[in-house]
Amino acid sequence: MCPDIDDNSILAKKLYHNMLLIRGFETAAAKQYRDGNMPGFIHLSLGQEACAVGACLALKKEDYITSTHRGHGHCLAKGADPKLMMAELFGKSDGYCKGRGGSMHIADPSVGVLGANGIVGQSLPLAVGAALTAQVKGNSSVALAFFGEGASGAGVVHEAMNMAALWSLPVVFFCEANRYAELSPYETHCPIDKISQRAASYGFPGVTVNGEDVIEVYRETEKAVVRARNGKGPTLVEAKTMRWGGHYEGDPQKYKSAAELENPQSFDPVAFFEKNYSADYGISASDIRKTYARTEKIIKDAVIFAEKSSLSPSKNIFNDVYAP
Amino acid sequence: MARIKYFQALQNAIQSEMERDENVVLFGEDVGESGGIFSQTRGLYKQFGSCRVRDTPIAENGFVSAAVGAAMTGLRPIVEVGFEDFLTACMDPLVNQAAKLRFMLGGQVTVPMVVYTFGGGGLNAGPQHSQSFVSWFSQVPGLKVVLPATPADVFSMTKAAVRDDNPVIVLLSKKLIGSSGEVDTDKNNFDIDLESAYVTDHGDDVTLVAFGAMVTAAIEARSKLAEIGCNAEVVNGCCANPYDIATIKTSVKKTGRLAVVHEAHLPCGPGAEIIASLVEEDTSIFKLPPIRITPPFAPSPFAPNLEREYLPSGESIFRSVSSMLNRHS
Repeated sequence: MCPDIDDNSILAKKLYHNMLLIRGFETAAAKQYRDGNMPGFIHLSLGQEACAVGACLALKKEDYITSTHRGHGHCLAKGADPKLMMAELFGKSDGYCKGRGGSMHIADPSVGVLGANGIVGQSLPLAVGAALTAQVKGNSSVALAFFGEGASGAGVVHEAMNMAALWSLPVVFFCEANRYAELSPYETHCPIDKISQRAASYGFPGVTVNGEDVIEVYRETEKAVVRARNGKGPTLVEAKTMRWGGHYEGDPQKYKSAAELENPQSFDPVAFFEKNYSADYGISASDIRKTYARTEKIIKDAVIFAEKSSLSPSKNIFNDVYAP
Repeated sequence: MARIKYFQALQNAIQSEMERDENVVLFGEDVGESGGIFSQTRGLYKQFGSCRVRDTPIAENGFVSAAVGAAMTGLRPIVEVGFEDFLTACMDPLVNQAAKLRFMLGGQVTVPMVVYTFGGGGLNAGPQHSQSFVSWFSQVPGLKVVLPATPADVFSMTKAAVRDDNPVIVLLSKKLIGSSGEVDTDKNNFDIDLESAYVTDHGDDVTLVAFGAMVTAAIEARSKLAEIGCNAEVVNGCCANPYDIATIKTSVKKTGRLAVVHEAHLPCGPGAEIIASLVEEDTSIFKLPPIRITPPFAPSPFAPNLEREYLPSGESIFRSVSSMLNRHS
């Protein structure tokens, strides 16, 4: 059993710390991208911190996650190293993927991160496969697939959920409904209010939680993880959240209302936690200041590490195309 | 040695690899209790149970992608996609996931999985059940693509594919399912090189490189060519990605004449690639301009007479090769 969150201030502090870590990482990535230090394009998860953190802290190290193109937060929350992540975003030799993957392919199998993924929807069947391994080998690992409501219309999402239900696999499908599928608002591509309603058609539970509330996200995901670990099969957890920025960094976001553009922080999981939970868990103003300082230092060090890392050598084009 | 059929060689190979390694699992449509549409998985469900042998829903994208996830986490899945034509439904897990993950994730993972499928013509299965997509997958770094031409090939290549730490696509031939051949099924600890072509019949006058079912057709053509005094050498190409240019070059150096035969269409096919790579290195290797023998650039037709004409055969290979020889004699 996972520890009960109600009287576990250590866990609550970790939830808070990790949200700030993600907030710091994404803010730094945005700045580095604007400054021209980051090639390609990046998709940030500012506003969605409670989803990544609440979901991943309900998992153990030996559990797996599969992630999406918007995956920095998931990787950090599952224990990936911010230094190696930032170096990868810079395309440097010390990055997780040696400069071959970039933002959309951060992975660290040693902590159960099977990879962010650039193909929308594929995080689900990949997690189904990891859960299949756990079932065949008879170990207690659980696999959690992050996806967005934008992916929910893809055929492979249905295929994955159907198979997971059929075989009672230890998997949690975690939908971050962040209001937009790329540049298209929810209503333009999704005919139902709650993605979690779909779970009923596969015969497993579906629940919708407030993605601003990390404690609620944790509590509901933990139930789903315990259920999966006990051989009861999948659960679909949907967190209603909000993507502060555009689909990609630099997106002019013409599809958003003026009100939302002006004040994305009206939905803020960090502020929500400080306002509603810090007192309950004995987190003082001084603790909060210290947590900000500590996470800022981690991110600053990560940026310095990435800056100092060498360019990826040419031989890295040819390595690892095939396993020996 | 035992004389067994092409589909039995597949069943035997899967069975012996599943006996050898408990991480090997099998899934796909109808591979379980029913034993497969061609009886190719008969008995495996009973022997290994429902955890390691699973019938899947008709969902190629989902279950091939699940195989990728399973392979990344410690299993060695064998996946059946019944007809080669259906690989279009799982292009993403094959091309964007399985093939790239090791490279893309910085070498942190391996993806040891096998996808086998039955392709090509010869059974009047029509335009959506008769195709050869070997050229597409030859374009993808990270994949290996093999085409067994005999029961012995099926047995050894399938076993080698299971043991390989890369994603391997085994393109079996529907036409050959019932064909028989000698197979040493007791041979278990061999170390077969998955990527090597081999000479099936030696000759000095012309090299016929063929893949999959076309090897049988090339051997038939060789007999006909012998009747007009032409001694052809037949090379079973075996693997299209990566392809074994060294074995082919050795043969062409000897004969100076080359015809490449495959069921994939002509543009950008294995024939184009093999000929181009030889020409790039040394045009003088050829005494005559090389040729490619493939189906015409049209979908595979259904009617038996049309399909017979469509597919390269011993007779049509003979005609093309003798015309090449005559044109330049």
